[in-house]
Amino acid sequence: MNENLFDKVWNAHAVRQLPNGQTQLFVGLHLIHEVTSPQAFAMLEESNLTVRHPELTVATCDHIVPTDSQRRPFSDALAETMMARLEQNVKKHGIRFFGPESGRQGIVHVIGPELGFTQPGMVICCGDSHTSTHGAFGGIAFGIGTTQVRDVLATQTIAVTKPKVRQIQVDGKLAQGVYAKDVILAIIRKLGVNGGIGYAYEYAGSTVSAMSMEARMSICNMSIEAGARCGYVNPDETTVNYLRGRLFAPPSDAFQEAVVFWKTMASPADADFDDRVSLDASSLEPMVTWGIHPGQSIGISENVPKVFELAESEQSTARQALAHMNLKEGQPIAGTSIDVAFIGSCTNSRISDLREAASVVKGRTVKEGVTALVVPGSQAVAAQAVAQGLDAVFREAGFQWRNAGCSMCLAMNPDQLVGNQVCASSSNRNFIGRQGSPTGRTLLMSPAMVAAAAIEGRVTDVRDYVSEAAVA
Amino acid sequence: MSSKIQRMAGTAIVVRGDDIDTDRIIPARFLKAVTFDELGGKVFYDERFDANGQTKNHPLNAPHAKQAKIGLVNKNFGCGSSREHAPQAIKRFGIQALVGESFAEIFASNCLAIGVPAVTASHDDVKKAMDFVEKNSGQPLELDVERGTLSVGGQFVSIALPAAAKKALVDGRWDFLQELLDAGERIEQTASKLPYLSFNAWSQKS
Repeated sequence: MNENLFDKVWNAHAVRQLPNGQTQLFVGLHLIHEVTSPQAFAMLEESNLTVRHPELTVATCDHIVPTDSQRRPFSDALAETMMARLEQNVKKHGIRFFGPESGRQGIVHVIGPELGFTQPGMVICCGDSHTSTHGAFGGIAFGIGTTQVRDVLATQTIAVTKPKVRQIQVDGKLAQGVYAKDVILAIIRKLGVNGGIGYAYEYAGSTVSAMSMEARMSICNMSIEAGARCGYVNPDETTVNYLRGRLFAPPSDAFQEAVVFWKTMASPADADFDDRVSLDASSLEPMVTWGIHPGQSIGISENVPKVFELAESEQSTARQALAHMNLKEGQPIAGTSIDVAFIGSCTNSRISDLREAASVVKGRTVKEGVTALVVPGSQAVAAQAVAQGLDAVFREAGFQWRNAGCSMCLAMNPDQLVGNQVCASSSNRNFIGRQGSPTGRTLLMSPAMVAAAAIEGRVTDVRDYVSEAAVA
Repeated sequence: MSSKIQRMAGTAIVVRGDDIDTDRIIPARFLKAVTFDELGGKVFYDERFDANGQTKNHPLNAPHAKQAKIGLVNKNFGCGSSREHAPQAIKRFGIQALVGESFAEIFASNCLAIGVPAVTASHDDVKKAMDFVEKNSGQPLELDVERGTLSVGGQFVSIALPAAAKKALVDGRWDFLQELLDAGERIEQTASKLPYLSFNAWSQKS
């Protein structure tokens, strides 16, 4: 048995086997935010317990934070209450907190990596399903519920069953205008939204090796959309170079020791897996969802599938999707009119995402009638974007430039769709009602594709823009 | 020690459809609270009520729904967000167990954490149970977690759940907190062998 990364990290963190057969697993980094932690702190106090390892716990606020003004008190009294409760809890328990005044606030899955907390070889938990993002660094990272947040606060451990591991080998050079987002949408389309239940996904192959850390994060982020609670990429030189010099990365005198440890955790070339799947990325085109879950996607040049052509088990959801989206089977997805364009979320709100979108937007104007907004993933991303003049590019084109947060990905703040608006969105979920309106409609795509849709007021092939830019 | 969950009998409700996500089970706007107390009335809110708060045709709005103890669902139920608010809302509505074709992983683990069995049955058996309940809404079903059966109008169908979840429920050990605490010093022994807790500055106890 040649252990893969998942096995090695799991074994290093296993405290013991519990009476029901699950493993008690040590959690090296626990990220918390305002939505899923208040009840956990209340339960902790009811049991007269304290936070066992506050130094391994890191907090920020992202879900409910308004993006137009972060001035306190927030205009939404419920949001203000949640924020105040988080502030009380972190103060009381001595937990590091990156709030709006810190200059380092942002989406928890953006700031963990950018501050250097997220590192290879760790077990990372957070009361948020997109915790899988952190697996991009080569660790085990998964979302948990609030009762489990309590367990981790109280014991720094969690009861969990070891999943199987499926290696997804992605090879080939991505065409211009095709990004990590398109790769993960293609993987979910191929393996299904429930194909990953009971599995962790290892993303490997030449396409993944060539990717930046930010692109790898976009891939791992949406593992949960494939049904896999976690996904990871083996650490390599790209990982090491990303981490070097970050605020909470290992200090320079310990960095080499860290690198040695990180590399020992990677899956060897002859590692064993429970399953293997491969995907040719060189033939991918920009992807767009047409339905109500992230597996219902097609290439930009394809037509919305005909229901009878789908597997029988997919037909009823497909019919429901067509009715909700008001799309007709067999129609092209290109040309679908949009009302809102949203660039943001833990999937695609990092500096490279904004750079790619800005390169499409530069010198152009948002189509009249389209509301377009850019919500940087963190205050640090926003500052970087401003330093590079990207905010000006977006503003001049007619985009709103907002403050950091989760925003319209799940619409827990004032950024919400109205009525049956159609939103071209760089986020991760196109579920019914996800963006704040029960009749609202979401088309998932890459940030560059959202930018192109904002300019034209309809879904369009971003390759027409990026190849133009390349010629010019 | 939490309560032993071995058998239960009660009427059932049917929520048909694959891939029903946690945003549908509990829309995000109802997560703006620091307790779970008010969630029972908000379960499936946007499917049960229109924009004016008027009730729509939905199984959870049927007259007998408030008495139901068992929920019947299809494939990949509870996909999406990790919000424990979803099973909390279902439980606070009155549903004590779910029977479905399959469950999303975080949802299933949240169900276990609050003592709600999320058990699976084959596509055909779930269909059989759903058809029965829709025709005989007042008739109770009997779920036996320990034996692995669901009694539908006098006929038994097989149900399954992961061995660890079954053992935890049947033994009344589904609230893991005390067991986790019981590991005591073994927790710190495991931590002491993790190199990254030594070579990082932030991971040192102040």
